[in-house]
Amino acid sequence: MQTKRSTYQNRWLPFFLLAPQLIITLVFFIWPASQAVKSSFERTDAFGFNTTFVGLANYTRVLADPSYLNALGRTAIFSVSVTLLSMSLALLMAVCVNRVLKSAKFYTTLLVWPYAVAPVVAGVLWWFLFNPTIGLLPHLLDWFGIHWNHRVSGSQAMILITIAAAWKQISYNFLFFLAGLQSVPHSLIEAAAIDGATPFKRFWSIVFPLLSPTTFFLLIININYVMFDTFGVIDATTGGGPGQATMTLVYKVYTDGVAGLNIGSSSAQSVLLMAIVIVLTFIQFRYVERRVNY
Amino acid sequence: MASITLEGLKKTYSGDVQAVKGIDLAIEDGEFVVLVGPSGCGKSTLLRMVAGLETITDGTLKIGDRVVNNLEPAERDIAMVFQNYALYPHMTVYNNLAYGLKNRGFKKAAIEERVRKAAKMLEIEEYLSRKPRNLSGGQRQRVAMGRALVREPAAFLFDEPLSNLDAKLRVQMRVEIKQLQRRLKTTSLYVTHDQLEAMTLGDRLVVLNGGRIEQVGTPMEIYARPASMFVAGFIGSPAMNMVPIEYLSSHGAGELLADLPARTDIIGIRPDDMRLTPPATPHLVVESTLELYEAAGAESHLYVRLSESDQPTVIRVSGQPPVKEGETLRFYVAREALHPFNGDTGKRTG
Repeated sequence: MQTKRSTYQNRWLPFFLLAPQLIITLVFFIWPASQAVKSSFERTDAFGFNTTFVGLANYTRVLADPSYLNALGRTAIFSVSVTLLSMSLALLMAVCVNRVLKSAKFYTTLLVWPYAVAPVVAGVLWWFLFNPTIGLLPHLLDWFGIHWNHRVSGSQAMILITIAAAWKQISYNFLFFLAGLQSVPHSLIEAAAIDGATPFKRFWSIVFPLLSPTTFFLLIININYVMFDTFGVIDATTGGGPGQATMTLVYKVYTDGVAGLNIGSSSAQSVLLMAIVIVLTFIQFRYVERRVNY
Repeated sequence: MASITLEGLKKTYSGDVQAVKGIDLAIEDGEFVVLVGPSGCGKSTLLRMVAGLETITDGTLKIGDRVVNNLEPAERDIAMVFQNYALYPHMTVYNNLAYGLKNRGFKKAAIEERVRKAAKMLEIEEYLSRKPRNLSGGQRQRVAMGRALVREPAAFLFDEPLSNLDAKLRVQMRVEIKQLQRRLKTTSLYVTHDQLEAMTLGDRLVVLNGGRIEQVGTPMEIYARPASMFVAGFIGSPAMNMVPIEYLSSHGAGELLADLPARTDIIGIRPDDMRLTPPATPHLVVESTLELYEAAGAESHLYVRLSESDQPTVIRVSGQPPVKEGETLRFYVAREALHPFNGDTGKRTG
């Protein structure tokens, strides 16, 4: 492939033009990340006066810590359920909107709104809805004999953050699924109808496979979202509790580092978290993407 | 195999847009009928109504003896070939062909047998394990045909299936479609805007204009005796010349034109019917200046201007013209080659 080559009179000009982006990347990404990696090999005393190099001690300690391993399992459950819930609901809504002709734009606008809500606000919103004393939903659930109190029940707290986190991501998934659905040629669906496929079969044997690139992309985006961006939702609703019931990996990084002032352990955890996401994304690209291309 | 009967078929879209304004047509069992017309004439809508992809606003549609107005496309026992082929991109050619059979609950062995048979007929056996994106346009076209014929339906519906192919391949596929239909004797309804495709493929043509039938007949019937000025202009290339009758009668043809029906005010003459040598039968003699000469290989097109109309008149002759551009050209038109029309109604008068 031939690429366009620009030539500059002054050899420093290109660097100057690139500088703003480079500086931002360096200052806000590379530097903090390298600091995290560096401090994950160090131990700092409680007053911050002494820093000693301890090698992999932080890592071995974290990996041997049952509460970290519990958080790991919890995060796995959390990310799978949030991804499944938000993607399946988004797909369902996209299919519905794709069927209506007149008011599709109106629905789309409404469905995109949650994406504009800040994570903390989304958390607070669901916290209110599910509040055991003043919330609407516990009141309704009472009629079905379910006693809702996420301050006491760990599994209910988990359900709460799952719903809140998924709710926020539905909009994003919805938009991509809708765009994906609209790019499926109509004649394919007509051909399938003539070929005797029921609407249900048409969707699963023709439309859904054709959506697989979108689904794959969203899978990666959603897992990254759950791993990192759900901090605000958790912080505003359960704060990791009750006990450790909603302590996910990213929230544990915060609790141990900021609240517990154990910078070394916290850094090691965040490096591990980063590694997990990189490995997951790599696996997905390596093994899943092969199947989605047609 | 079945006949297809259309009785007063109408299609109205919301906002009172009438796409199809009452079509009566009987297609016999095994017949190859071509719907032809300019874009927007309702031919594709009509085909899609037969397929069940568009609802029928009014009228009756029968396939065989069954009224199928309210049946799903799958229940009508038809197969359709789409303009863009509509092959399932994520399936192999084999699965593309097998999909319709699987949905209908065929046994694995029966599917295999039918797919192999269709693939052999269309010479696509070696591509069965490929995906559509690894096929050329002509091969995709064959797969689309294969998907239609593997089901052995009562009728084939073709929606401009050749328009995405290049000119050479189009001619080749046209011949193949014709041969295939002759062999299978499956009732076929074919939509095209290409008059040459229509003429060469159809047992009968249905010329559509503005949601109505202009004329139905065999290709040669329509060519020899177009029922309206629209049909005359649409079928045949270059198009039929339309000359005001006053011009001809004021240029010494009065006697010859006297026995034409009274309402005739326009005379249609095919470019091939203007001869440079006088025929033995009664004929017109016309002289005009040769404005432009187009050599098209075996034939040439001569442009002259009769009357003050803005449309030049085209003459098709074989070989080269005897005169140069700017010189006077004399040509002859046999009396029986004149097509009399009424300019107001657009209909043929006799």
